[in-house]
Amino acid sequence: MAAKDSGGQSQSQRSRQEADAETTEAAVDPEIAERHEAITEEVDDLLDEIDEVLETNSEEFVRSFVQKGGQ
Amino acid sequence: MTVRRIMGTEIEYGISVPGQPGANPMVTSSQIVNAYAARPELSKGGRARWDYEEETPLRDARGFTYTGALYDPAENLADEDSGLANVILTNGARLYVDHAHPEYSTPEVTNPREIVLFDKAGEMTMAEAALRAAHTPGIGPINLYKNNTDNKGASYGAHENYLMSRQTPFADIVAHFTPFLVTRQIFAGAGRIGIGQDASEHRYQISQRADFFEVEVGLETTLKRPIINTRDEPHADAERYRRLHVIIGDANLAEYATYLKVGTASIVLAMIESGAFDGSLAIAEPVAELRAVSHDPSLRHKIELRNGKRLTAIELQMSILEQAEAYCGADTDPDTREVLDRWAYVLDALARDPMELADMLDWPAKLSLLDRYRERENLDWGAAKLQAIDLQYHDVRPEKGLYHRLVARGKMKRLLTDTEIIDAMTEPPSDTRAFFRGRCLARYPSEVVAASWDSVIFDVGADSLVRVPMMEPEKGTKAHVGELFERCEAAKDLLDVITAD
Repeated sequence: MAAKDSGGQSQSQRSRQEADAETTEAAVDPEIAERHEAITEEVDDLLDEIDEVLETNSEEFVRSFVQKGGQ
Repeated sequence: MTVRRIMGTEIEYGISVPGQPGANPMVTSSQIVNAYAARPELSKGGRARWDYEEETPLRDARGFTYTGALYDPAENLADEDSGLANVILTNGARLYVDHAHPEYSTPEVTNPREIVLFDKAGEMTMAEAALRAAHTPGIGPINLYKNNTDNKGASYGAHENYLMSRQTPFADIVAHFTPFLVTRQIFAGAGRIGIGQDASEHRYQISQRADFFEVEVGLETTLKRPIINTRDEPHADAERYRRLHVIIGDANLAEYATYLKVGTASIVLAMIESGAFDGSLAIAEPVAELRAVSHDPSLRHKIELRNGKRLTAIELQMSILEQAEAYCGADTDPDTREVLDRWAYVLDALARDPMELADMLDWPAKLSLLDRYRERENLDWGAAKLQAIDLQYHDVRPEKGLYHRLVARGKMKRLLTDTEIIDAMTEPPSDTRAFFRGRCLARYPSEVVAASWDSVIFDVGADSLVRVPMMEPEKGTKAHVGELFERCEAAKDLLDVITAD
């Protein structure tokens, strides 16, 4: 992540963060992590499906949905 | 005390022709109804007309008949002559054009599960009607939405009807049903982006309809909408019954939302009929609180009661549920028990976190979709994409509607199977007069010239038409007349038996 543009971050800081991240990861139950990943994937999948279902021009679609009042 | 009573729903669907916002909705609605009427079982005889003889939509439950120019029955009768379509289905339902929308009125049923069944059958009927219309030469694609507003100032209804005892004073209904209706939206709301009738403020609210209600009690349904509607048109023996016409609800896609909306209402009405409430839940300003509750998806808003107490909508509903539990006691019938248990389950979950119900109720399901999409795309609530998702949730097409996409992924809890719903598109309920109506239409399509909620009119070649009145909604059931339809080859035979009794 952001390997080229380190924004002035020193090498030692970065390796420190990486080490932290590793410790945190190690503390997470792999089963939970896996499930979490599956849920995230599923949500992404669902949101992609929404994109497929929606009309290409949302603005036009919303604007042209005009109803006469009913009861 | 029981949840069981005669009841039904009537839903006006949003209608739009892609790319043609100016398309005449009375014409397109008629095209939808007529396209469905081409179904084989409906096109055998001449189409039966609607019989308006007993209809008195201007009678007011408070005891007077409106005489102003609000509504002209002659005009209503002329609707069909001017081409506004109407078809009576073999399941006893009515599919027709009301105002500028296609509308589906379920047959009369006796319990909340069957309301869901026929309400969903209506939704499938609309989806099939649109599909049939799209394949009719000269008619372009027409899209239908089971929602209640265009977010530009217009609203259209999702009404419920409950048959009640005529003995119950109308003032009791107003006093005790109002606090229930103001708060029921926390599980029955269908969700909406936009605050105000024209949605000018971009926030999510619980209900589609809340911002369109302006008075506490009244006869009107299209402007100055009242929380309690006073239309007194029982479609049954008026000495014994009233039909409470509830106009405040949202159209629901989620099966549990419809089930609870209607089931809890019927229980509360039974309690009102037996004088169970003491009035301590009366709300100081019901119209303002209706909106305040809807505008707060966190469900923390405190409602001010007339006695000065302040309760959240969940607390108010829990108080009603507690009284219902005490009232029903331990040995209540299974249908009632089921509603009470699910009511309790849903209120507890709402109190913990409404999003726990994203797989069960409409407003949390839609909010969950919107929240995830909003996060991913980094959108604010005014974004057209989000408005489009809000609308698309209600599209009746299985391949396009977002509710239906959730169902296809197994993300919504259901009460019914698709097979049951498809059967209900043509098969009437067995335990109300809808059975008689539906069977007459299925069995004698050429002889039935007209029908209504409380009549079937035959032309069997005699000098005059024969009108069979059905003023008792619980008569004409399968148990009463099922065997007659097997025995009577012709409508004339059936009429001979009925008139001989």
